[in-house]
Amino acid sequence: MSDASISHAPPPRRTAARGALLSTLFEGLCFSAATALLAALSGLLIALFIGGWPAIKKFGFGFITTVTWNPVTEVYGAAGPIVGTLITSGLALLMALPVAAGVAFFLTELCPAPLRRPIGTAVELLAGIPSIVYGMWGLFIFAPLFAKWIQRPLMAAAPPGTIWESLTLGIPNGSGILAASIILAIMILPFMAATLRDLLMTVPPAVRESAYGLGSTTSEVVMKVTLPYVRRGAIGAVMLGLGRALGETMAVTFIIGNSHDFPTSAFASGSTIASTIANEFTEATSDVHLAALIALGLVLFVITFAVLALARLLLGHQGDRA
Amino acid sequence: MNNTAHEFETSVATIDPSLVKVNVKNLDFYYGGSHALKSVSIPFARNQVTALIGPSGCGKSTLLRTLNRMYALYPGQKATGEILIDGENALSPRTDLARLRARVGMVFQKPTPFPMSIYDNVAFGVRLYENLSKADMDVRVEESLTRAALWDEVKDKLRSPGLGLSGGQQQRLCVARGVAVKPEVLLLDEPTSALDPISSARLEETVTTLKADHTIVIVTHNLGQAARVSDYTGFMYLGELVEFGPTDAVFTRPATRRTSDYITGRFG
Repeated sequence: MSDASISHAPPPRRTAARGALLSTLFEGLCFSAATALLAALSGLLIALFIGGWPAIKKFGFGFITTVTWNPVTEVYGAAGPIVGTLITSGLALLMALPVAAGVAFFLTELCPAPLRRPIGTAVELLAGIPSIVYGMWGLFIFAPLFAKWIQRPLMAAAPPGTIWESLTLGIPNGSGILAASIILAIMILPFMAATLRDLLMTVPPAVRESAYGLGSTTSEVVMKVTLPYVRRGAIGAVMLGLGRALGETMAVTFIIGNSHDFPTSAFASGSTIASTIANEFTEATSDVHLAALIALGLVLFVITFAVLALARLLLGHQGDRA
Repeated sequence: MNNTAHEFETSVATIDPSLVKVNVKNLDFYYGGSHALKSVSIPFARNQVTALIGPSGCGKSTLLRTLNRMYALYPGQKATGEILIDGENALSPRTDLARLRARVGMVFQKPTPFPMSIYDNVAFGVRLYENLSKADMDVRVEESLTRAALWDEVKDKLRSPGLGLSGGQQQRLCVARGVAVKPEVLLLDEPTSALDPISSARLEETVTTLKADHTIVIVTHNLGQAARVSDYTGFMYLGELVEFGPTDAVFTRPATRRTSDYITGRFG
């Protein structure tokens, strides 16, 4: 009987928490990794601000509204590159998004099983091509073809004296705003297509089947059910694509024509913030020139940040699903 | 009864052809190389509830998914035989799948509300095939939600998201969405398996009232549920239909040894 009473005794208490030291270390590591990011971000912002201060002080708000960018007379107005950045990225997004969505829909809903993997892999490989390769391809292969088959016919077809004529003015060599936008579109397309496809794959099969079960066709299922189901992630994917387009440097520098003028036509030479910085940084001899370029970097930073903030805002308004 | 043959014995009752809405004849189904339904023939009576019972993997859900050809979404799955809905073969290659699925509605094991408001969830399928005025649509939505026994709980929040409802409410929303398009046949694939007992009971009541307008086929693991809601019961095992007949006969006087073993809990 005494043996039996032993078995009723409470189990021995553990004195020290198991692996307490390891746990503390792990938590500390995670915390410092996260705060290091925050520190890097604020350090970057502060450095850009200090570096660009001479230009900001000299030109004030006019820095972003003035069109003249002249290193000889030391007048720096960034309106040209800023507008060039916004236009090329916006056009690239407009062109790439429908195609990327089409690729993603095809891969998730329509593609015959044997083709699914090869096409999916091709899309992922395209997303990994270095931008300098796109730039070279754009300048040596795409630009001449673009000039011959699109630019010159359009310029010839535009009736003189109309808005079409002013929109198609430019040097007929295949470079310029529109050509750069197309290259950017090709660059961001695979990334957006791959992300959208992955997102659509996360829709539970039963939800898709329910939509089909009510008598929807494939396009109705995609447009009304599966795409809204992943809209949160989809907006994120689009904004990441836009972010890449905004900051893209080499490919754009190759083909945009590098003029600081305000772009007025689709074929006009222009510049973006990133291409201007890449072109001039090594040649910036005066302090103001250097400061202007750094201030330009700050502007790009702010634009990218605004895009992300806008995405957050959109998501906040549509965040009606948990 | 012949004891040596009881392993293979089957008993399929016949129904007066004029009462049959869906007649499945010699249906075989293949998932790639695996033979999931073996020459199944079963009638589904008009405006009656037919329950399909049997252990997991016996082919009851597969049979359900052939009736609206949901399997056609997936390459490598194929069905042969005949599924006559009012005499029209649903397996014919000429069948328009979207129209077929509008005629044969389905509710799934887990609730699947769409990412939109409660109202829009119910109106979704209706908008695909009918062009109703705002007032008519309001009536249809209310009617459907009432028939799914959900109206009283959601009438003040029709504009809030369907995904914000509780599990049981979401499932009744899916029933409302399914009946809103007025399908002739309604397929229920273990509709209460993810629900608590009270929600299950409400859904069962809903099912018995719905048969006035629809021919209902319900797959269930819950034998009590099959006994409570159905008029006819089919017992399936290893891809075969072992027994089919009026529910009280199947449950009180099973004609085959395998059926009686299953319903008395000897296996399954």
